[in-house]
Amino acid sequence: MIAPVVQALASHWRRHEVQLATLLIGIALATALWSAVQAINAEARASYARADAQLSVGQFDELHAPGGFIPLELYVKLRRAGWQVVAVLEGPFRVDDRTLRVIGVDLLSYPALPAISEARTGPEPLGLTEILTAPGRIFARPDLAPLLANHPELPPLIETTAVPPDLILTDIGVAEKLLSKRGQISRLVILPDQPAGLPPLADLAPELERVRPSEAVDTAQLANSFHLNLSAFGLLAFAVGLFIVHGTVGLAMAQRRGMFRTLRALGVPLALLIRMVLCELTAIALVGGFLGLVLGYFLAGALLPDVAATLRGLYGAPMEGHVVLRPLWVGAGLAMAVGGTLLASGQSMWRLSKLPLLDAPGLQAWRTGMTSPLRTAKYGGALIATGTATLMLGDGLAAGFVMLAGLLVGAALLLPALLALFLTGFERRANGPVAQWVWADMRAQLPGLSLALMALLLALATNIGVGTMVSSFRLTFIGWLDQRLTSELYLTARDDQQGAEIAEWLRPRSDAVLPIRRVELRHETGPLFLYGIVDDPTYRQNWPLIASAPDVWDRVAAGEAVLINEQLARRANLWTGDRLTIAPDWSLEIAGVYSDYGNPTGQALVAMQQFDLHVPGAPNRRFGIRTDPAKATELAQALRDRFDLPPQAVIHQAAIKAQSLEIFENTFVVTSALNILTLGISGFAILTSLLTLWTQRLPQVAPVWALGLTRAQLARLELLRSVLLAALTACLALPLGLILAWILLAIINVEAFGWRLPMHLFPFDWVVLLALTLLAAAVAAAIPALRLNRLPPSDLLRVFANER
Amino acid sequence: MLLSIEHVRKAYPGQRPVLQDVSLALDHGETLALTGESGSGKSTLLNLAGALDAFDSGEITLDGKALSALDDTGRADLRRDRVALVFQQFNLIPSLTVGQNLAFHARLGGRLDKAWLSELSHRLGLADLHDRYPENLSGGQQQRVAIGRALAARPKLLLADEPTGNLDENASREVLDLMLELVRETGAALLLVTHSVEIANRLDRRAHLAGGKIT
Repeated sequence: MIAPVVQALASHWRRHEVQLATLLIGIALATALWSAVQAINAEARASYARADAQLSVGQFDELHAPGGFIPLELYVKLRRAGWQVVAVLEGPFRVDDRTLRVIGVDLLSYPALPAISEARTGPEPLGLTEILTAPGRIFARPDLAPLLANHPELPPLIETTAVPPDLILTDIGVAEKLLSKRGQISRLVILPDQPAGLPPLADLAPELERVRPSEAVDTAQLANSFHLNLSAFGLLAFAVGLFIVHGTVGLAMAQRRGMFRTLRALGVPLALLIRMVLCELTAIALVGGFLGLVLGYFLAGALLPDVAATLRGLYGAPMEGHVVLRPLWVGAGLAMAVGGTLLASGQSMWRLSKLPLLDAPGLQAWRTGMTSPLRTAKYGGALIATGTATLMLGDGLAAGFVMLAGLLVGAALLLPALLALFLTGFERRANGPVAQWVWADMRAQLPGLSLALMALLLALATNIGVGTMVSSFRLTFIGWLDQRLTSELYLTARDDQQGAEIAEWLRPRSDAVLPIRRVELRHETGPLFLYGIVDDPTYRQNWPLIASAPDVWDRVAAGEAVLINEQLARRANLWTGDRLTIAPDWSLEIAGVYSDYGNPTGQALVAMQQFDLHVPGAPNRRFGIRTDPAKATELAQALRDRFDLPPQAVIHQAAIKAQSLEIFENTFVVTSALNILTLGISGFAILTSLLTLWTQRLPQVAPVWALGLTRAQLARLELLRSVLLAALTACLALPLGLILAWILLAIINVEAFGWRLPMHLFPFDWVVLLALTLLAAAVAAAIPALRLNRLPPSDLLRVFANER
Repeated sequence: MLLSIEHVRKAYPGQRPVLQDVSLALDHGETLALTGESGSGKSTLLNLAGALDAFDSGEITLDGKALSALDDTGRADLRRDRVALVFQQFNLIPSLTVGQNLAFHARLGGRLDKAWLSELSHRLGLADLHDRYPENLSGGQQQRVAIGRALAARPKLLLADEPTGNLDENASREVLDLMLELVRETGAALLLVTHSVEIANRLDRRAHLAGGKIT
C-alpha cells in the first residue's frame, strides 16, 4: 500500500517543479545563512581556544616594562622571591617572504602548554629535555612545514594544530636566538596560583607595570557581542526562510486536499497518510538542508576573512581564513533544516490531521480556514504590549531582547490588517473602475501574500534598524576619536626619570606636552581609573562631554570638580551636580560626564595638582604631544633617536585612528553582508508567493480580460500590484526600523556596554533601501507578469469552462 | 447478502435528520438505483454505505462486517479491499497520469491484474491516453478513467454518485453503458445514486428516498 501512496504524493512535486524548487530553496537559504554564521562562530571560538592556550591573551595579569624589554635579571629576582611568573619573548620573524610571529615561553617554569603536552604524550613521545636542550624544538602548524623545511638552521619542527596559524612556539632560549634578543623578555605572565606571603611586586620591580585584563578594552565582551550579533542575523534569516517554507508547504497541502481526500476514500488510513507526509517533508528538508549546508560552507568561507580581520583587531587572536567541516556543524545544520521545516509545516499538518473525509476540496476551503487579519492583528498587538510591559517592569538585557522580539513579531502580525486598512482607503478614493479593481484585487490577494510581506517587513525593519545603529555608531565613533585622540603623538617612556627628561626636552620643541597619568582605585561599582590632567585648550576644545555644568573646565582646573565617563555615570547613577567619592577622605562634585566608547571600566579626571596631592608617586611615563601635524613624523624620529626608544614607544595619532576605524569597519562588513542577504531572501519570498499563487490568479484576471483589458495591461497591473504592496510595506517598515534602532541604541547598547549612542537619521539610506525593495518586488513580479502576458486566450477561457 | 442497511439514522449537528430509519439490502452482483430529489439524503446514504461517514444509529453490514464496529483503519481497509467509488466530480489524482490513475486503487489493495487493466483500458477507450494528465481530458474521458480505476480493483461493491451528472447526454449514455456492462461482467454489486428515472430504469432494482426515508 505504501508504494502507490508514495507515488501519489511524489507525483504532486513532479507536476509542480517550481513549487518543489521554491520549497528546497527556502529550506536551503534558511539553513545556509544560519549554518554560515554557526561555522564562523565555531571557527572563531576554536581560534580563541587556541590563542588562550598560548598565554598571549589577557586572561592572566601581566608585567610590562613601559617602552622596553624586561631584563633577565629582574625575572630571576622575581622567581627567587617566590613569584610564579612566566617569561615570554615575542617578535616578528621573517622566513623567506613571509613574516611569522615567534613566541618563546620559559617552558621550564610553565611546561603546561597544549602543544608541549601533545608532543610529550603523542605517538612518538618527546622528553622535556629534548625540547629544552640544544638545538631545541619549534612548534608550528603543518601548513608551515614546507616553508620551514627550507631552513636547516632552524631547530627540528614539531607539527601541531595546537598553536595558532602563522606562529612559531618554542622555548624562550630558542626564541632569543631566532629573534636575536639575548637576555630580553617581552612580558611576564603572572600565574594565578601564587604562594602566600610574597613580597609586593611594587617593591621588587617598581619599574614594571602590572597590566590587568580589565584595563584593556574587554575584548571578550566585544567579541561575544559580535557573535551574538551574527547569531541574531543568522536566526532572522532562518526565520525569513521559514516564512517561504510555511507558505509553500501550506499551498502544496491545499492543492493536495483533493488528493488526500481521494486517497482516504480509496482506503488509506489517516494515520498512515500523516506519517507519509511527515516522511516526505523530512526527506525534502534533508535535501534542502544539505544544499543549505553546501551554500553555507561557501558563504562562511567568503565571509571568514572579514570576520578574521575583525577578531584579530578586537581580540588579537589569529584566526584561520578557512572553514573546517565539523561533523557537529553538519548534524546541527541538518537538524535545524528538518526541525524548521516541520515547525513551519505544523499548521498544515494540523489541518491535514483534522481534514474531514467529505469536506469540499480546493483552495477556497484552505483560504477560508486561514486566520482573519483582525484576529492576527489582535495577537500582534498583544505581543507588542507584552514586550513593552516586560521592558517597563523588568530591566536588563533580557528585557530588551523580549521587547525586541515582541515588537518585531507583533508588528509582522499587525501588517495584514494595516495593509488591508490602507488598501480599503485607497479603494474608496479610486475613481476609475480599473483602479478600483486593482485596489480591491490587492486586498483580496493579501491572505496569500501576507507571509511574504511579513518577511519583507522584518527584513526591511532590521535593515533600517541595524543600519541606523551602525551609521550612528560610526558617525559618533569618528567624532569621538577626533575628540579623544587630539594629540599628534603618543609617547611611553621607559621610566619616570626618562619621562621627565623627555618632557623637558619636548617643551621647546612642541606646542604642548600633556602627561597621561593614572592610578587604579576601587569604587563600589568596580575598578575606577583616576587620571590627572593639566589645564590645556586641547581638553577644553575637544573633550567629548555629553553632560556638563557651567564653567566645567575652570572648576576642574581649580580642583573643585571631577569629570567622569559615561560608564561610571550610568553604573553608579551619578550625574552632573552629584558628588563622586574618589577615596574615603576625598570627594568632588561631578562637573561633567564624557563619552568613552570601547571601555568597560569607570574613569574619572581631576586636575593634576589634586592628583599629585592625593595619589603621589603615580607613574609619569606617558604623554600626549601637541605639534604641527606636518612635523609629527620628524619629531617622532627625533625622539626615538635621542632617547633610544623602540618604534612602538612613539605612536602617531593617525595610526591609532586608522587602526581603530579599520577594526570598526571590519566589524560591520559581515553585518552589512548578512543584511543584504536577508533582504534578498525576503525578495525571493515574494517571488515564491507570487508564483505559487499563480493558479489562483487566473480566475481573478480572466473576467477582467474578458471585459476588455489586454493581457499586456493585466501584466503591467500585476507588476504594479507587487511594487505597490512592497512600497506600502516599506513605508510601514520605516517607523518599525527606527523604533528598532532606538531600542538597540538606547536600551540594548546601554545594558550591554554601559554607553548610549546618539541616534542619527540617514534619509538617503532609506531612499536607497526603498529603491532596492521596489526593484526586488518588480523582479519578483516579472515572471508571473510575463507568464500572464504570454498566456494563450484558451487558458483564460478554460477558467470559464471550469467555473461552469 | 453483500450490503445490509438496517434502521439507519443520520443527522448533522443543528439540522433535521437527513436519514431516518432507512433499511436497504443489496445482494452480490445486484444493481440498485437510489433516486430522490436534491437534499433527500441519497449521497449521504451512499457515503455511509462506503464507510466514508459514520451513522448515528442502526447498522450497516458490508460483506459480513458491521461498520459500527470498525475504527478509522478498519473503514479504510474496507474501502481499499471491497468497495470502489465513482464520484460526480471524478476525483482523479491530478498529478498522476491516466495510466497511473487507472492502476492506483488496485495497487493500493495489492490486487493489480495487468491483463485485466489492459482490457479495461481498451474497453473504456483509454489505451491511447495513458500518458496524459486528467486536466487534458474531457469530462467523459475523466469519468471513464474513474470507472476504470474503480473496476480495476475488482471490488465487490461499486458505489456511484451521479456518475454522469457532469456529462452531456451522449457522453452520459456512453459512460453508463460501459459501466453497466463492466459491472455485470465482473459480478460486482452496484449502488448508483441518480435523479434520472431513465438511468434508474436500466438497473435491476430501484429505491426512492424522500424526506430521509425509503418510500
